[in-house]
Amino acid sequence: MTTTRTPDTLRRILDYSSRADPYPLYAELRRTPVARQEDGSYVVSTYRALMDLLHDPHLSSDVRNLSRPMEAAESRTTPPFINMDPPEHDRLRRMAMRHFGPPHTPGLVAGMEGDLTATVSGLIDGFAGREEIDIVDDFAYPFPVTVICHLLGVPREDEPRFRVWVNDIVDSIDYDPRTDPKEKLDKGVQARVDLHRYLGGLLEQRHGRPGGEDLLSRLANDDGPDGRMTDEEIVATANLLLIAGHETTVNLITNGMLTLLRHPQVLRRLRDEPDLVVPLVEELLRYEPPVHIIPWRAAYSDITVDGTVIPKGSQIMLMLASGSRDPDRFHDPDRFDPDRRDNQHLGFGSGIHLCFGGPLARLEAQIALTGLVRRLDHPRLAADPPPYRRSPVLRGPIHLNVQQGQGAQ
Amino acid sequence: MTSAENLQAFKRDGRIVVVGASLAGLRAAEALRTEGFTGSLTMIGDESGEPYDRPPLSKQVLTGWVPADGTTLPRRRDVDAEWLLGVPAGGLDLATNRVRLTDGREIPFDRVLISTGVRARPWFVESEAALEGVFVVRTREHAEGLQRALSAGPSRVLVIGAGFTGSEIASICRERDIPVTVAELAPAPLVGALGAMIGEVASDLQRAHGVDLRCGVKVTRLEGDAQGRFRRAHFDDGSTIDADVAVVALGGIRNTDWLTGSGLAAGPWGIACDTGCRALTLDGLVTDDVFAAGDVARCPNPVYEYRLISLEHWANAVEQAEIAAHNMVSGQADRWPHLSLPVFWSIQFGVNIKSVGVPTFADEVVVAQGSVADRRFVAAYGYQGRVTAAVSFNNAKWLDHYRQLIETAAPFPPPCPTPDQPADMKPVPVDFPGPQLLAQGATVVVTGHDPGERRVTAAQQHHR
Amino acid sequence: MRVVVDLSRCQGYAQCAFLAPDAFRMHGEEALMYDPTPDDARREQVLRAAAACPVQAILVDRLEGRDAPAKASAS
Repeated sequence: MTTTRTPDTLRRILDYSSRADPYPLYAELRRTPVARQEDGSYVVSTYRALMDLLHDPHLSSDVRNLSRPMEAAESRTTPPFINMDPPEHDRLRRMAMRHFGPPHTPGLVAGMEGDLTATVSGLIDGFAGREEIDIVDDFAYPFPVTVICHLLGVPREDEPRFRVWVNDIVDSIDYDPRTDPKEKLDKGVQARVDLHRYLGGLLEQRHGRPGGEDLLSRLANDDGPDGRMTDEEIVATANLLLIAGHETTVNLITNGMLTLLRHPQVLRRLRDEPDLVVPLVEELLRYEPPVHIIPWRAAYSDITVDGTVIPKGSQIMLMLASGSRDPDRFHDPDRFDPDRRDNQHLGFGSGIHLCFGGPLARLEAQIALTGLVRRLDHPRLAADPPPYRRSPVLRGPIHLNVQQGQGAQ
Repeated sequence: MTSAENLQAFKRDGRIVVVGASLAGLRAAEALRTEGFTGSLTMIGDESGEPYDRPPLSKQVLTGWVPADGTTLPRRRDVDAEWLLGVPAGGLDLATNRVRLTDGREIPFDRVLISTGVRARPWFVESEAALEGVFVVRTREHAEGLQRALSAGPSRVLVIGAGFTGSEIASICRERDIPVTVAELAPAPLVGALGAMIGEVASDLQRAHGVDLRCGVKVTRLEGDAQGRFRRAHFDDGSTIDADVAVVALGGIRNTDWLTGSGLAAGPWGIACDTGCRALTLDGLVTDDVFAAGDVARCPNPVYEYRLISLEHWANAVEQAEIAAHNMVSGQADRWPHLSLPVFWSIQFGVNIKSVGVPTFADEVVVAQGSVADRRFVAAYGYQGRVTAAVSFNNAKWLDHYRQLIETAAPFPPPCPTPDQPADMKPVPVDFPGPQLLAQGATVVVTGHDPGERRVTAAQQHHR
Repeated sequence: MRVVVDLSRCQGYAQCAFLAPDAFRMHGEEALMYDPTPDDARREQVLRAAAACPVQAILVDRLEGRDAPAKASAS
């Protein structure tokens, strides 16, 4: 069941030096699909084992079910539904979904296509005449931030304020007490408190003003079949959607552009076949997903997966990006193939916690990549690999400098 | 020639006839071509027109959203077949390897696949069944007629039979704000398939949506007016109900009559097969050139003590078609057994009901997750201490876990608690109205994920 | 265009109903009803919906009307 090598493999994966290419280490990890670590936690890395666990009702997302209490950045704030179990998770997700998707609001995301296209066009207009563009700062970050601010009802001009908090929160997601300074966690805790307070302030203004189109207004004033969310629940939900709504999409778009520039024949095809962007984004979600790891889940009771019994209370780390590269599930998994059939990737997870905003992320990435590929003039990478963000969980380049213009030929 | 050479010659220019051009027939034809069969392929079907999908007929077609002729099945590939449609098969001669059509034509074959499916069981009095306003729902013509009748704004619809189809039709009536009475001989809807506990949930669901549900009653007579229009139904308790439309939803009859005298093990129960979809003879010997797939096939399932089970399930038709097609063009050593667990769904009253396994193969049932009152739950079924089936109401994302429990013969009731387990989780007798399945003993474990690697091994039994 | 959904695989993720709301509709929280013959004008949306299905249960026609079988002659 256990190899002595695995703990070392995990440590190397989490180490920043492997950020540009963790995939060979994932392959090493998959030799032990369910690997017990020295501290008693488990790392799961094969497609089948991950799928089984994500559909296993004994896998808990509630930190209180860990036998060794974990210091989490959420310790001083109400957790969002992503860190809850049924029936509470289901109730809160259903209440949030009422204002975002089917069955209550089915046309919202599809109806955003025009606005998304206009936002993308506007950003790319700004590239005219520039020889070098940072795909992250100039495009992949501002685009989803604009979208999620509008959707939630957060003033776009407040972005410099919440950006600091979001960065600290994202930094604290993979906090490891063995190797990280306590300050990393403390900053995350404080940032959550600050962001909660900020969102709470916005929520205050929404009360008693029904009719607002943004999510905060609708959550504040809606009485659906499940009743109304408490203010704490609304803030926790908004907090989740604000962070997840752009921190992941920025990686998806940036990883997408990076992958296309590394596969110029696919980039050329995409210019000629606009429909290709649809399966291409699915393949990106498999090949270079924005979320690599679910850092912790808890065994609510003993869980048997792939022949290994994970004892009740154990902490479980789910290596989603490894599962999507598993050769036992995907033919030639290290090849980027936008024509891949039956692509049931783990890019958005699976089961009841499947990414809440997946449909919007897909549409954003499809429109963004189509716009970039159509309008950038002979783009090429300034550096390969590009510099990466710290996080092994939400993995992507921190900058992606791309040169364009005839000189690029 | 060696048998390998024979097989290659057959794959190259043999003759395959598929009798029954619906879902299973079409998917088998596609799979045959994908498997590399380049010989002649003939598709025989009693209905005219291209193969179409049936589940929407009792759902989105009856709501008026989708036209009845709008459910033609998409194609996965070109099948390059000769289509003989609109004429049913009348006989099968295994001495000369020919299919006889009812118009007298004879179609020779080297191998034949039988996928003739089921037809709706008609109302038992022919003259009453012929009344205007009396419907069954199996074909698109049926669905179109019923849709038109529902659009005309009937004062009341009577649904006879509260199985899945009857319940779905009742649900559509309520959605269209049409008064509906459901008459069921059993004590509750769905009880024959899912047992008394779920039956009670289904009863509550129907009544909560305004269905006039009458259980434990039998409709004895359908009465028409002078113009031959259905007007009133009589029950065995002496009561009557006035309605303009009656939907007879009493299940199906397997289309095996044409095989009488063929020497195959075919009857009202279907066509007995092995797990490789090869038909058995009346003597119970396996044939090599006759295959069956879909609603009409009756295959043994090792998980259920090798019982012969026939299923009117969509996925079963698709999977058997692919297994049968593979085996028709493969040598003995390369053949695949069909070992998937049955999966079924029904959409009614805003609830997605799904099942995995064989719920009738159970003696106890327990709500393992969720809340029955909220109509969001998973119920696990057990037989002599092992999990044999599960049914979910708006909780389908968990069902794969229960499929695994069934395949690994996991103990029943599931011993490990889950976060949303009901506080009073306690197994109750499953209580089917029909004759109980009685058996004991062997349990098996299914392994492998791809059709080509699915295998059965014996396993020790769990005891409580 | 022609579409069929393998509802025995469907787990009610509703990704299709987000991306092509005219062709795929949720009936309650989890049950899917869909138009098996959506208008060609919705093609782009339907392809998006099919690609997004987490269990790949949506089959869109690959032939578009070729190989339509002829009705048997009534001889």
